[in-house]
Amino acid sequence: MNLRKYLKVYKKFLHTSLASELEYKTNILVDLITAILSLVGSIFLLSIFFQNSGYIGGWKFEQALIIQAIYTILNGITNTWFNPNLTEIVKHIREGTLDFVLLKPIDSQFFISLKKINPSGFLEIMLGFLLLFFCIRINEINLNLIFLTLSLITISCSICILYSLWFFISTTTIWFVKTWNAIEVLRSFLYIGRFPLSSFSFSLRIFFSVFIPIAFITTIPSEVFLGLSVFWKILLEIIVAIIFLINSRKFWLFALKFYSSASS
Amino acid sequence: MVQNIIDVKNLSKSFDISSKEPGLKGTIKHFFRRQTKSLKVIKGISFEIKEGEIVGFLGANGAGKTTILKMLCGLIYPSEGSISVSGYLPFRRRENFLKSITLIMGQKQQLIWDLPPIESFYLNASIYDLDKFEAKKRIKKLSEMLEIDEELFIPVRKLSLGQRMKSELLAALIHEPNILFLDEPTLGLDINAQRNLRKFLQKYNKETNATICLTSHYMKDITSLCKRVICVHEGAISYDGELDLLLKKLSPVKEILIVCRSEEDAIKLENSGFTVKNKIKNEITIKIENNSITSSLKTILNNFDIEDLFINEPPIDEVIGKVLIKKDYDI
Repeated sequence: MNLRKYLKVYKKFLHTSLASELEYKTNILVDLITAILSLVGSIFLLSIFFQNSGYIGGWKFEQALIIQAIYTILNGITNTWFNPNLTEIVKHIREGTLDFVLLKPIDSQFFISLKKINPSGFLEIMLGFLLLFFCIRINEINLNLIFLTLSLITISCSICILYSLWFFISTTTIWFVKTWNAIEVLRSFLYIGRFPLSSFSFSLRIFFSVFIPIAFITTIPSEVFLGLSVFWKILLEIIVAIIFLINSRKFWLFALKFYSSASS
Repeated sequence: MVQNIIDVKNLSKSFDISSKEPGLKGTIKHFFRRQTKSLKVIKGISFEIKEGEIVGFLGANGAGKTTILKMLCGLIYPSEGSISVSGYLPFRRRENFLKSITLIMGQKQQLIWDLPPIESFYLNASIYDLDKFEAKKRIKKLSEMLEIDEELFIPVRKLSLGQRMKSELLAALIHEPNILFLDEPTLGLDINAQRNLRKFLQKYNKETNATICLTSHYMKDITSLCKRVICVHEGAISYDGELDLLLKKLSPVKEILIVCRSEEDAIKLENSGFTVKNKIKNEITIKIENNSITSSLKTILNNFDIEDLFINEPPIDEVIGKVLIKKDYDI
């Protein structure tokens, strides 16, 4: 793989999608306002849960805010990259425009996963980081190199798991043609990631860890921030992320063999 | 000797197609127990195409033309048989193979809708690993050939269909491919835009010696661009050869309207042994076989007092229409 070429193409992707989005100023403004209101609403909801008892699943409100911050960052990443690109796969397959992607001398998964960006998602990422820094202060977390490395690794793994899950569902469009509902289900499961894994019952904990590893996505990075994490959990998240990423790739290449293109 | 650039042997393709009975009952049945059957859309076809050739694929809707084109460019895996394009197996989609081909579809677009075409050109240039200077040079050359200039800087959504198609062509040709697959490129274009597109393709073929495989329902596209046609009927090749030969085979006689100086001359001509279609006063229409037109006309002009004559060619659409519904043309 020619890395220089891919960087150059990605620069072009950034440029063209930013230029496309900036054509519609009002839309961007509405998206930005929605991102702020959504964060305020989520924090308000979380505070209601903590009103009666100070703890949920052994987590304090200030600690649970970290999960909210990580969720906001991941949701921002989802809105910036995953949503505009991975939902487009369904359109590409239904309308047959995937033909153009497959005939380009570039990796098709790279192309369809990164071609577009939604700039308003950046604000959400920034708000998430602001909230995270605030949480670091109020929880008196000591910043050091190991902590930063571990948090970076776990957040990256979370991004990989989320991407793989989404990409996997979008890929099934090659057989099922319409999979919007499945993506909506995934998005609603993602909301669950705003709460600590320990706040759920045992059976739900198993479900959200094994079948749809949404809980991994936010809980494990949050535990790193609070110094509550154990080594095997981080290792498990890394393994899950690698397995998901490799399988999403294999599944895409396998599915392409069944691509029949839309009729003209 | 010109080499084969495309080599197809015993190519077949089957698709699983589901069918549904009409009405609510049929819909419910279709939802719970979908009945699928394997449909062979391409049935063991073989052909070769030489470098620099322009070949038209003719056939009715659903005959399998687009499926053949998509297998040739590597989008669809063949079920049986072999394909070689520029020495590559298309469905492997190797980088060098993809750099040597392009697919243009009249009904689908790759340009970024909200941005001027020039942005899509530079994006494609980076994908094909062209530097900015080279890309600029090629855009300039192609835009001159396509006669587009200001349109390059207007958002695609504001361009007319003709301007958009020209821009699509430029985007698809920026990497200077030597094999062009065109699927109904003139669909929906007005007469002038169609003519300009054909003119461009002729020029491109002449200048670059690119091989062009074309499907179109506009007969003018086929007659003005393709010397050779491959007729596809229900997934099989019903004719593969020169277009002129096919036309001669399909319409072996020409109708000639002769205006005689007097009605007596017309009567004399009527009784001289030619096949007469009709006669109105001094105007007589006769049918002459293609291979004896010259000698017959010489006889008529030497022996009868003729004021005027018109040779009527049957409309090409009508002639080609016959090929779309027949299975075999042995010439």
